[in-house]
Amino acid sequence: MKPVTTIRSRTVALPTRDIDTDQIIAARFLTTTSKEGLGKRAFFDLRYHKDGSRNEDFVLNRPEAEGCRILVAGNNFGCGSSREHAPWALLDYGFEAVISTEIADIFCSNSLKNGLVAIVVDETTHGWLLENPGAEVTIDVASTTITLPDGELIDFAMDGFARHCLLEGIDQLGFLEMHLDRIEEFEKGRAWKP
Amino acid sequence: MSIPTTLFEKVWADHVVVEETADTPAVLYIDLHIVHEVTTPQAFSVLRDNGLPVRRPDLTLATLDHSTPTTPVTTFKDLLVAGEGAANQVRQMEQNCEEFGIDLLGFGSGKRGIVHVIGPELGATQPGKTIVCGDSHSSTHGAFGALAFGIGTTEVGHVLATQCLLQRKPRTLAINVDGALQPGVTAKDLILAVIGKIGVDGGTGHVIEYRGAAISALDMEQRMTICNMSIEGGARAGMIAPDDTTVEYLQGRPRVPQGTAWDAAVARWRRLRTDDGARFDQSVTINASELTPMVTFGTNPGMVVGIDEPVPYGTDASFRKALDYMQVEPGKPMTEASVDIVFVGSCTNGRLSDIAEAARVLDGRKVAPGVRMLVVPGSEQVKAAAEAQGLDKVIMAAGAEWREAGCSMCIGMNGDIAQPGQLSVSTSNRNFEGRQGIGARTVLASPATAAASAVAGRVADPRSYS
Repeated sequence: MKPVTTIRSRTVALPTRDIDTDQIIAARFLTTTSKEGLGKRAFFDLRYHKDGSRNEDFVLNRPEAEGCRILVAGNNFGCGSSREHAPWALLDYGFEAVISTEIADIFCSNSLKNGLVAIVVDETTHGWLLENPGAEVTIDVASTTITLPDGELIDFAMDGFARHCLLEGIDQLGFLEMHLDRIEEFEKGRAWKP
Repeated sequence: MSIPTTLFEKVWADHVVVEETADTPAVLYIDLHIVHEVTTPQAFSVLRDNGLPVRRPDLTLATLDHSTPTTPVTTFKDLLVAGEGAANQVRQMEQNCEEFGIDLLGFGSGKRGIVHVIGPELGATQPGKTIVCGDSHSSTHGAFGALAFGIGTTEVGHVLATQCLLQRKPRTLAINVDGALQPGVTAKDLILAVIGKIGVDGGTGHVIEYRGAAISALDMEQRMTICNMSIEGGARAGMIAPDDTTVEYLQGRPRVPQGTAWDAAVARWRRLRTDDGARFDQSVTINASELTPMVTFGTNPGMVVGIDEPVPYGTDASFRKALDYMQVEPGKPMTEASVDIVFVGSCTNGRLSDIAEAARVLDGRKVAPGVRMLVVPGSEQVKAAAEAQGLDKVIMAAGAEWREAGCSMCIGMNGDIAQPGQLSVSTSNRNFEGRQGIGARTVLASPATAAASAVAGRVADPRSYS
């Protein structure tokens, strides 16, 4: 994983709440054995009509959404399926961060492990971001802050370990492997065996 | 005297290899890892790229379910019903299991089936275990008092390589269900009512423990239906304390401890309960006696209503968007909606008792003209057991299709899909937009409600079909 330190970008807003991972990437696109190239499938059924034509009304298809790397989404983003294809698709599409008032547990865990910065903010900040799509903001992972266009600093909470892994680009498998002695010891010392 | 603890806390504490700190999550040991063809190929690639073996193939249970067709499969060509990508994924899984020394319960094994159906029926799912799978409905196994949750593919790689996960300890949510379910009201109706009450994010960050008289009264298959949908309330895991019902279900199953080890295991399982006075971070109480059969009307499992109640009025944009997608009008009951497809199956309701319940309603009746009904057993063993009881004949005599085991129409990636605009009454777990096919409209319901709806040709109250 590449280190993630700061993200400076205009935002794009999807205010619908409870956007599930089936909407982020539909199940029919999961018949792949690779992580690559899923961006073209992200939000597919919202971006395209059933006849295959582009839905020009969908916010991500509008010209002003071009190049936006920060997605501001309605409450409880990423609920439902555990498919890691959802953050893979969002990253490949070009997003680097998602901001909401709540982000579903498994999606949040999957996102952070791939360098997609999942951020939960308070309702006031969220409301402002939804009302001001296209605002140029800066996310700083080290200080866990978002800088709004007027210079106001918004703090957000992030698990310290996840933050460390983002900043250093740490692969968590390597961290787990450092504990292999302890794992072996645990297996030997258990009162019962699975 | 020790501090009273919850069932979850006991199972968690029993699996901590390295304690969590402010800077690092806990290293948690995993007792059973279930793997399937869709969420593992990229994890096996990571192992291969790093020259790593699967640490504990003996604690890894592999099968094929998500992208497998529910038409008979004997050759590779038969897999193409689900598309070339899906067929290749199945072949890749077979190769990965061969290469990494994992026993695959695949085609011809007689034991293949949906991950969350085969774990319990083999007796691999046991009280007090930690169980994970790259599938969010792993919460199902919590019905046995296991701590079971869904993980992403990166974490699948972590478990394959180390048999452990990095986890922060979640909070706890008690859902107390008092009273007793009325005749014609099922576990599916109960869990839909629970999600309607707490909302699709009510359990985020929490492990649920389902408690109370109405939960204790449920059999194991009903308990699995309850725990299965914990994730639809935002909780990664849902648990029910093991009791006599649990032990009776497991006794004699092939993968449970044998002989004196069985007695020791049962003694250990009986201690797995929340102590009196233990504290939950949150709690919710529901009275089962007040519930009626439930159906969803919107595009998430929390948008749920009693079968004889009107669809509520909502004002916000997300609510209106959901009703527009569903072509449902507020103020009218769902029983006015006409039905195109009925699906009985999935890890929520694809077990023998679910098939039997649908067959009971279909017995001597016919699926309404113009309605397509699929009944899909959750595993090859469920299929064989249903056929031994003649349920397949009842189902086919009514005009429904009796298929091979798999996830089928719960997830539109294996050839079984609804067409755009079609209304599907489904015993599965998600009514998300496009879940059962592009533009398909899903109404979640119990097997009895689904079968009654197939006969009526519209969403129907199963209590009229006794």
